[in-house]
Amino acid sequence: MYNAKYIMPGLVIFLGLITFPLWFNVLSCTRYEAPQLALPEDQQECIIDAKVMRAEHMTLLNDWRDKYVRDGEITFTAANGKIYDMSLMNTCMSCHTNKEQFCDSCHTKNSVYPYCWECHIAPRGNQ
Amino acid sequence: MAFFISLILVLTLCAASYYGAEAGMQWLFGMTIPYLAIAGFVCGFAYKIYSWAKSPVPFRIPTTGGQQYSHEWIKNDPLDNPHTVSWTVGRMLLEILTFRSLFRNTEVVIHRTEDGPRVAYNSARWLWLFALIFHYCFLVIFLRHFRFFMDPVPFFVRGLEFMDGIFQIGAPRLYQTDVLILAAVGFLLLRRVFDQKVRYISLISDYFPLLLIGGICLSGIYMRYLSKTDINAVKTYVMGLFTLSPVSAEGIAPIFFMHLFLVCALLLYFPWSKLMHLGGVFLSPTRNLPNDSRMRLHVNPWKPPKKYHTYEAYEDDFREFMVEAGLPVDKPLDKADA
Ligand code: HEM
Repeated sequence: MYNAKYIMPGLVIFLGLITFPLWFNVLSCTRYEAPQLALPEDQQECIIDAKVMRAEHMTLLNDWRDKYVRDGEITFTAANGKIYDMSLMNTCMSCHTNKEQFCDSCHTKNSVYPYCWECHIAPRGNQ
Repeated sequence: MAFFISLILVLTLCAASYYGAEAGMQWLFGMTIPYLAIAGFVCGFAYKIYSWAKSPVPFRIPTTGGQQYSHEWIKNDPLDNPHTVSWTVGRMLLEILTFRSLFRNTEVVIHRTEDGPRVAYNSARWLWLFALIFHYCFLVIFLRHFRFFMDPVPFFVRGLEFMDGIFQIGAPRLYQTDVLILAAVGFLLLRRVFDQKVRYISLISDYFPLLLIGGICLSGIYMRYLSKTDINAVKTYVMGLFTLSPVSAEGIAPIFFMHLFLVCALLLYFPWSKLMHLGGVFLSPTRNLPNDSRMRLHVNPWKPPKKYHTYEAYEDDFREFMVEAGLPVDKPLDKADA
């Protein structure tokens, strides 16, 4: 092997970097726990089926904002005919009262930083 | 033909993993193959570099685009024709980070003039531009993916995500790199398909990686913006893989396993393909050697000791026969014996 004193360090650094998550997680004995959501205790149903909500909540909120701000539409009719205010603060957060224990528990683990909270004030439970 | 074979290959990989995962083979596409692919990539990459490092590079290969360093009063071009190690490092950095060689790409065109056809060489920078976009988008996307691989998420991810989605289009926020990489892969592909001269020299090994990477990006984009795969379940699953304690793949859509399997195919294919230019660019003799052929004595490094058989010794061996045959000799027979 020629020029090993340059090539070997280069190779080791590259392979070390590219496999970093693997050996770092193993060596640091990382244990990952799926986030636990604090669900509202006094409510049984969400405005949409929870499964759909999990996938589509960001689209829904984005739509709500545009409809509310631009088209003046202020209510949302659920599949069962119930009518809700199109409001993050007054509808969503009235049940999910704690941003840290609800929104953030998934968002932070998955590096999701929505800009909702640049305007809205996050409720912090009963504190 | 090569294009369609590659397309069918990639579609087969997609279908196999999608329907395989749907039929309950998540362990195969989600665990066995990823581990194999990582091992295969690491070993294959190391082996390839080793096999290249075995070839000696005994002398400088100065393919230069600039004036060599000589006298003080002749202006030299140290980045194009470096004579020291540090300038050579500069040339390598520019090559690797900005694809400088590709910037010099030209195209041949034929102008029809009154005096008949005339050949001209134009600079053709589209290839450079889209290749650059492609590589940097790939890098950013790859780095952003570290949010799935580590916990807590590494520090650089948040900034990258912020910059990448800075236009705040839609929710989930549209990443510029997603749009740009599709445009770039599209350009690189269409260039091969519609430019006759390039199509003529394009092989399966040219189309296949492009289509494979295109498939990876499309499936990823589909997961993020359209089908909205359950990211939480994915992170839990991927962290299981990366802590060597795999968990069940409950609740993850087959499209994720397709995305993952295409990535594994890329990893396994990588070391044996032209994609190895990732490592190879560092070993390019025309880029990584200073042009100091005339300043230093370069000794052949594996020069074997030579055995010489001089004319004198030759004559000693055959003198009698030479004299017999009437050939002239330096030392006559009687003197040689003494
Ligand atoms: C060569 C490597 C890879 C490339 C080029 C790639 C490309 C992409 C692209 C372009 C997206 C669209 C969204 C975005 O840009 O973040 C995406 C999303 C995604 N990728 Fe990859 N990917 C790669 C490797 C992986 C690996 C190894 C995994 C998991 C083990 C993975 C899991 C995902 C998931 C779960 C999404 C959806 C993200 C979301 O919904 O926000 N990808 N990928």
